Formats: sequence, C-alpha cells, structure tokens
Amino acid sequence: MKTFDLLKNLTETPGPSGFEKHITENISQLWEPFVEIIHVDRIGSIFASKSGSGIEPRPQILLAAHMDEIGLMVKEVINRGEYGFVRVTNLGGVDIRHLYNQSVIIHGRRDLPGVMASQPARMLPDERKNEPFGYEDLVVDPGLHTETLMELVDIGDFISFRQPLRKLLGNNVTGKALDNRASVAAVTICLEELQDRHHEWDIVAVATAQEETRLLGAYTATFAQAPDAAIAIDVTFAKGAGLTDQGYPELNSGPMLDIGPNVHPGMFKALKEAAEAIEMEVSVGTHARGSGTDAFGIQVARSGVPTGLVAIPLRSMHTMVETVNKKDVERAGRLLAEFITRLDSGFLNHLAKAMMEEEE
Amino acid sequence: MNELLKKLTEATGVSSAEKEIRILIRDLIADHIAAWHVDSLGNLIALKSGTGELDLRIMLDAHMDEVGLMITGVDSSGLLRFETVGGIDDRTLLGKVVRVGPKKVTGVIGARPIHLLKTNQRKSIVKRESMRIDIGAKNKTSVTSKVSIGDLASFITEYEELGPTAIGKAFDNRAGCAALIEILRGKPYPFDIIAAFTVQEEVGLRGAKVAAYGINPDAAIVLECTPAYDLPTDQDISPNVALGKGPAIYVMDRVTIQDPRLISHIMRTAEENNIPFQIRQPGGGGTNTAVIQAVHGGVPAATIAIPGRHPHAPHMMINLDDYKDYVKLTEATLRSLKPQLFIRSTLKE
Amino acid sequence: MNTMLKQLLEIHGPSGFEDQVRDLIYLEIEQFADSISVDSMGNLIAVKHGQADGLKIMIAAHMDEIGLMVSHISKEGFVRFTNIGGVSPLILAGNRVQFANGTLGVVFCEGKLFPKDALPLEKHYIDVGASSKGDCPVQVGDAAIFKRDFVAQGNRLIAKSMDDRIGCYIAIETLKRLEETPHEVYFVFSVQEEVGTRGAQAAANGILPDVGIAIDVTPTGDLPESRTLAVDLGKGPAIKVKDTGMIAHTGLVRAMRNCAEKEEIPYQLEVLEFGSTDARSMQIAGPGSAAGCVSIPCRFVHSQSETVDASDVDNAIKLLVSLLSEKIDL
Repeated sequence: MKTFDLLKNLTETPGPSGFEKHITENISQLWEPFVEIIHVDRIGSIFASKSGSGIEPRPQILLAAHMDEIGLMVKEVINRGEYGFVRVTNLGGVDIRHLYNQSVIIHGRRDLPGVMASQPARMLPDERKNEPFGYEDLVVDPGLHTETLMELVDIGDFISFRQPLRKLLGNNVTGKALDNRASVAAVTICLEELQDRHHEWDIVAVATAQEETRLLGAYTATFAQAPDAAIAIDVTFAKGAGLTDQGYPELNSGPMLDIGPNVHPGMFKALKEAAEAIEMEVSVGTHARGSGTDAFGIQVARSGVPTGLVAIPLRSMHTMVETVNKKDVERAGRLLAEFITRLDSGFLNHLAKAMMEEEE
Repeated sequence: MNELLKKLTEATGVSSAEKEIRILIRDLIADHIAAWHVDSLGNLIALKSGTGELDLRIMLDAHMDEVGLMITGVDSSGLLRFETVGGIDDRTLLGKVVRVGPKKVTGVIGARPIHLLKTNQRKSIVKRESMRIDIGAKNKTSVTSKVSIGDLASFITEYEELGPTAIGKAFDNRAGCAALIEILRGKPYPFDIIAAFTVQEEVGLRGAKVAAYGINPDAAIVLECTPAYDLPTDQDISPNVALGKGPAIYVMDRVTIQDPRLISHIMRTAEENNIPFQIRQPGGGGTNTAVIQAVHGGVPAATIAIPGRHPHAPHMMINLDDYKDYVKLTEATLRSLKPQLFIRSTLKE
Repeated sequence: MNTMLKQLLEIHGPSGFEDQVRDLIYLEIEQFADSISVDSMGNLIAVKHGQADGLKIMIAAHMDEIGLMVSHISKEGFVRFTNIGGVSPLILAGNRVQFANGTLGVVFCEGKLFPKDALPLEKHYIDVGASSKGDCPVQVGDAAIFKRDFVAQGNRLIAKSMDDRIGCYIAIETLKRLEETPHEVYFVFSVQEEVGTRGAQAAANGILPDVGIAIDVTPTGDLPESRTLAVDLGKGPAIKVKDTGMIAHTGLVRAMRNCAEKEEIPYQLEVLEFGSTDARSMQIAGPGSAAGCVSIPCRFVHSQSETVDASDVDNAIKLLVSLLSEKIDL
C-alpha cells in the first residue's frame, strides 16, 4: 500500500483515548495479512503475533505504537435555547490555543459534524478576554435544534477532530493524529517487509490504547505479554514554525533514536548498528527523566524489560496540522525490520553482559 | 578513614548510567554472598543466605544512583548543553566541576563574569538552560571523540573526614549502599536477605519497582540518606532532622505512609539497644518504599535514613557517629525481626 | 440504617491508620462473606464466590479519611502539622481535631485571628492544651481527623467522612443483600485512597481482577457558581464515564446503564475534571481490567459537612446488587 494512502487511512479514522474501537478495526485489517493471530484485550489494545524461525524456546520482541489520538468528550449538553450546543472536556493533551473554529465530529447515536465556537472575546469576563478560548467558553456547534441534539447526544460521548490528510511540498504530509498513526504506519511497513525476511525471534506488534492519558496500554500490554525486549515507536519534536531551537531534528533527517533512563543502552546500540548496516541516517535524542512515551511504562513491567525508543520527527505536535515526512515513516519501518532480523539467540546474553563490562 | 565510604562516594553512577558503581559494589560483596545477578534496568541483586531458622524473605534496598547531568547537545563553539538528571537546584550548578562520560573528561560550568553584568542581572539566578559545560574543546568537531550526546556527568568531590563529620558527594545514597555492604559482610541472619542495589531512584523510583516485583519479599527496609536541615534559624517550626542525633526513621513522606508495625519495631529496637534515633519530619520527599509496598498484593516497607546536609549538591556532609548508629540500628532491627510482627489486625484472620 | 452508619461515619481512620474502621466493618460483614482476609497494607478483603467461569470482580470502597499528621511540636507545646490527603486551609481555623489516643485539639492560624486571605497549612497550628513540648500528649507522626457528629435531616445525611464511609456502607449493604452471583466478587475495603489510591493498587496487584468498580463520592454541579459538572444531589447515583485518573470501560458503562434502566433506577452520567478514585489503580493492575465507578453525589467534598442524599445511597445499593447478580456483557 502506498505510504500516503496508508497514512490517510490511519489518520482519518477516529480513535481518541478510551475510544479506539474504530481505529482498532482498521489496524486489524491492515496487519492481518502479515501475522498469525490478532486479539484485542480489555483495555482496547490490539495485539498481532508472528512466530520466528529460531529453535524453541524463542525470545519475544514487542513493538508498541500507541493508536489513540487526542480528542474531546461531551461533558454537558446545553439545552437552554432553540439550538443545542455541547460543552466539552479533553481526552489527552489537546492544544486549546488552536481549537477555535476547528472542525469536529460528535460520535453520538450517529456521527454529527460540528465546529468549535465561542462568544466573541469582547463579551467574555475581563479575566478571560485576552486568553485563548478555554473549556469554560468553547462549545461544539453542531447546527442542530435542541430537541434533535438531546435525542442524539449523551454525556460521555466522544468527539474526534476532523482533518483530511494533505500533501505539502517535498514528501511532507499534514493532518491530524499523525501522533501516533505515523508510527502505526511504520509498524505496518515493518510487518510487511518482514513477510519476505527471516527472523529468529517471535514478534508481537501492539497498537496500545490510552497512551495520551496515562500510558495505560503500555503498562498492561507489556505485563500481559512479558516480552524479552521491546521497542516503543512514537513521534518527536521536529524543527518548524515556533520551534527553531538547537537540538531538534529536521523533517526528513531519518528516525530519531532516543537515549535516557527509559532506554536500555544495549538496545540503543543495537538500533544504531542496525541503522548503520543499512546505511540509514538517524539522529540521536535524549531524555533526562521520562521519555513521555510508552517506553516509560514498558520498561518497568514485571521485573523489567530492556527497551528501545524510535521516534519519527513531527512538526506542530497535538494540533490539527501535524506534519511528517513520508520518507521518515518508511525509514522507521525499515529500521525496525532490520533490527528484528538481526536478533539472535545470543542477544539477551549480550545485553546482560554489557551491564557489567568495564568501558574501554 | 572509612575506606568504604571513600570508595563508594568517589565512584560515578548518575541515574541510568550506574555501571561503574555497580561493578564496584559487586566486587566489594562478591566474597560474602551466595549469588548475584543484574536485571534489565541494571539493579544489582544479591542473596545473603540465612541460617534457615525463620521462613522470611527480607529485601534490603539501597539505591546506588546519584544526581548529575546529561549532555543533550554540543554548540558549534564546543560548549556542551546539558539537562539535570534528578532534582538539582539551578543555584547549585554555577561554577562547579564535573566529570563527563565514560571517558571521564573534566568539565566546568562557567559563567559570564559579574564585571560584565548589569546590576539587576548580578542578583538573578542563572537558569540552567543558559549554562554550558566547558571541557576546553575549541569547536564541535573536537568534542566528538571525547563526549557523546546522552553521556552523563557527575560532580567531582574528594571524600574527606573533618573530625565528627565527613564531606563527600552522593552520601545520598552511597551511605546507604555502604551500610548495606556492611550488613552483607556481617554474620548471617535467621532468614534470607535479598539485597537490591537499585538504579534510577532519583528519576522516579524506577529500579526498585522491578526489583521488588522480581524478589517478591515478605517485607522490605529501604536504606536512604535524608536531608538534614539544621542550619541555625529563629523559627520554631522548621523540619527537624539534624546531624548528630542518630539515624532518622520515616513515618510519612509525599508518596508513602510507612508500615506502622515496622516503624514500631525499629523504634523499640533502638530504645532497647540504646541507639539514638530521630523521626524524620512527615511531609515531603519520597523513597523507594512507595513502589516496593504495592507489588504482588502488598509488602510491608519502611525507611531508615542517615541525615545528610546539602542534599543533591557536590559537597554533602554526614556525621560519622550517625553512620555507625545507622548501621547498628539496621543490624539490630534485622536480628530481632520475627514473622509475628506482620500480623495486621487484632481480629482473627 | 443507622447506628452502624453513624458509627462508621464518626470513627477515627485517617489514611495509614484505618484499624478502627476495619475492625468495625469486619464485625459487620464476617457472617456474610465466604472468606475474609487483611492484606499487608491493611485492606480488608471479603470474597463472595460465584461460578468457575464468572468474571473476577473487585469492588473498592475506601476506609480512610483525610486528616493531619504532627510534624513538629514547639517549645510552648503548639502542634505543627502536615496534611494527610487533600486538606484545604479554608477548612482549618476554628475546627476541632481528634487523635487516635482521644486527645482533642483546636486548629487555628498564626497572627490575626481572621486574616483577609487563608494562610497555608504551615502557618496553622493545633492547640491540644499543652503548656510545653514536655507535657504534650501527642508526638511527631501522630495522626488526627476532624471531629464532627453525623446528622440526618430529611433525606440529607451530613458527616465529616462521607468520603468514603458512605461507599463502605454501600459495599457492606451490597455484600449483605447479594444472594447469588455468577462472579467471583472481591469486596475490598481499601486503605490510603486519599493519599493516592495506594491500598487499591496493592490489592489489585494481588487480585488481578477482570473488572474493577470503585464506590466513591463525587462532587455536584448544583451549587451556586459551581464548576460545570452535570451531577445533582438526589437525582440518582452517577455512573462515572471519566475522571482525571481514568476513562471508564465503555462496555462496563453500558452494562451499568442497561441494568439501571431495566430496574428503573434513576442515574446520572458523570464526567469529572477534578479528582479520581480507586478505579484508576484497578484499571492499570497487571494485564489491565475493565474499570468503572458508581459515584454518590456529595456536596462540600473534603469539608467537615459532606452531604449526600439517602435515596441516592439506596439506589446505588440497588444498582450494584442488580449488576453483580447477573452476567455482565462487556
């Protein structure tokens, strides 16, 4: 499948944290040709397993890419006038600065398109006149009469943002939910490539649920699978409008490999070596406390999992105009496939020994 | 001179890069334990077999990581950008000396000379985002062979004894590690002790969580170093841990209400053995008990700590008698541990 | 209702020191549970057996209440303290507290008796009647609760620890009235919820449930200028959809709603933007569980006069008994 179409399919399907059912169905269809078993757990994460060819007992590598996007939820239906409106709360870290007049869909008894609206600033209380419109003032305007709205919408119904995927210059694409559907696409590309390649280890690819709220899927999926090693795939901040500081990668500079407390140094090294083996340029990122990704939860499941972190550079994270370079998505997928094919029966021993070897 | 404290405090092991201290500790205990292994986060876990008299598995936790800095980038001028690892106040950093990376390159955190500052600037706190580590490199290229992005840097401090006290870096928590090593070197207890020299405590109590899950103990004692705030003040409301008053027993911090049964036992033990102790002021801070107490349906856990002045700074200070009493209290607590201690309720179970 | 409820509401049990509450509840439920145990954190766990193929369901109601812990005693015998759980400075001055050993104290703030703005906790103290540090009847580490009697007026029930002794009461009544269940139900009277749902975390890590349902109070949106929250007192228990700690399992929410509608039990839907419950810990334990919460609308949460409606309480019991008596389609 062409990368643009893959990204379009993934980003335009609704699936905010806690309400991943639709996106789960899509991912299931996309992964099904490449794996043996697919199942969805009680938290909503979707697991796809594929056996390796090594001698049993085979170690297992877990690939985790969160499938949830940020979104909104109905917290109150305003039924005072002729037209009905909906007050909302956030699902995940929504950037409220850019919500005004964005396009959304309320998933009530049926899907209702609407637009984010507010009283004009001059009519707000003084303390809010000069701030971005917040949740006290923003409402969703679905353009429906009150009685109709009340029949169709309940408190707790979820709301997704509405944005088609578009092409920019170069190989850049822009839309919503590229955080983290770009990574789900990368995992899809990885699984597709592994169709024709030999790998010793068993693979479990997990599209985790509820990362944006509390890394819920990362903790629970890793506990359930108890893998021998894991890689989290997420997005990272790329230089762009509003972010020109040093230290951030450009779009099209390849995947970023992260180092820091959430990453096992041996996993970082092995990912770097895999990139060198296929002459792929990568950048290196750091986190000094937490990586803000599934790696944080994966690493401390049960008695601990050696974890790596691969990230796709992305501009304007958590807005409706997130932008990635298609080539970076493809590169991430290929890098994962290369890393997996290089896993052998000695890898875990090698990771363990590295913990106690003096530096040269 | 306490050689153990000297060796442990002078070794490097910033959170997430504890290899040097891990190897050192392993070498120091290897002859005194039945088995050891390292888990995937880098925790060093060692078994001290008991005499078999009591059916108990007791976990002793001492985190071996220290706070420090992580290199996040290199300027074209060759100066290094960094982020703090663990909680370090920006006021601690200016004008300090550090050791960077596995190649142990010396670096300094320089400053714009005060002569060239406006009056109001001289009094502002320099934010760490504007600080740089200078290793003497003339440009970015000459850094590459010496320091890599992601390298950790620790403070450099030589251990020194000053009479009743000692100065060194990282008494938090190499003093705890030292105490644990002394216990492992001592006589066997009536039960097995599983010692966990844990990692990444300073960045979120990370190592102890997985160590406790793997060990699944009946109870745990965490050995720590707690800040002493005993500089002179007029107020009669300040936190009350002081040097020279003995080890401090935790009752409550921001993330744990310590097990009351263990706390009573520790206090009783101190009183019966004439060991001075203090109660660490309830409220802020946190130790590994928070993550140990929740594994596998619950583990009774408590913290015994040695007071240390100037926490999370290059020059910390402890009282050497406090250290002796700290080890003594922990040993005595362990010797008198009994399974009956852990019965919770007066009602039948 | 009401001797048991009154006792439950007035008894001393701040986070970490729930012994008295646990002993009371134990006596109340011991003949109704198939097995009872107390775990190492102090959670009281009562099991009602079901069928082998049933779901493992954990119900959590927390026994602990907010309180104060002594952090320092001044030379003159005044007691300084830190908070146990969420204590606003606005509920302190002029109120009475009581320690486990019975000592009573009055809380007040430094300086002017009635400053313009509330002072922080560090600038308050407790007067226990001591004249010096030496004759102070309490010591560093002792814990106190707010002392206030339970009163009932019409349908309104008012007490200092509705949060969450009313949840414990509901759990007790549900356990008593639950005759048959296809599920393995663990009624967990949890500890240390107010300081971070810690007891439920340990209990859930031991039980590893399929479903986790918390019973806790929730604020209402029906007071003057209150924050937006579509939950009113007296309009029925609230089925929680989301709070700051978790998003409820959509299938469980639907099952609860279907059950309420079938039994004609009034209910409300709750989206809470400021607070969480034991459900968040149950949800993330082990491989994860389908989590949700039955909330009791409560005015003035974390004050000494938390107020609930008796009909909401009765309806919550009905809802839970009904839900647990049947198979649950998630």
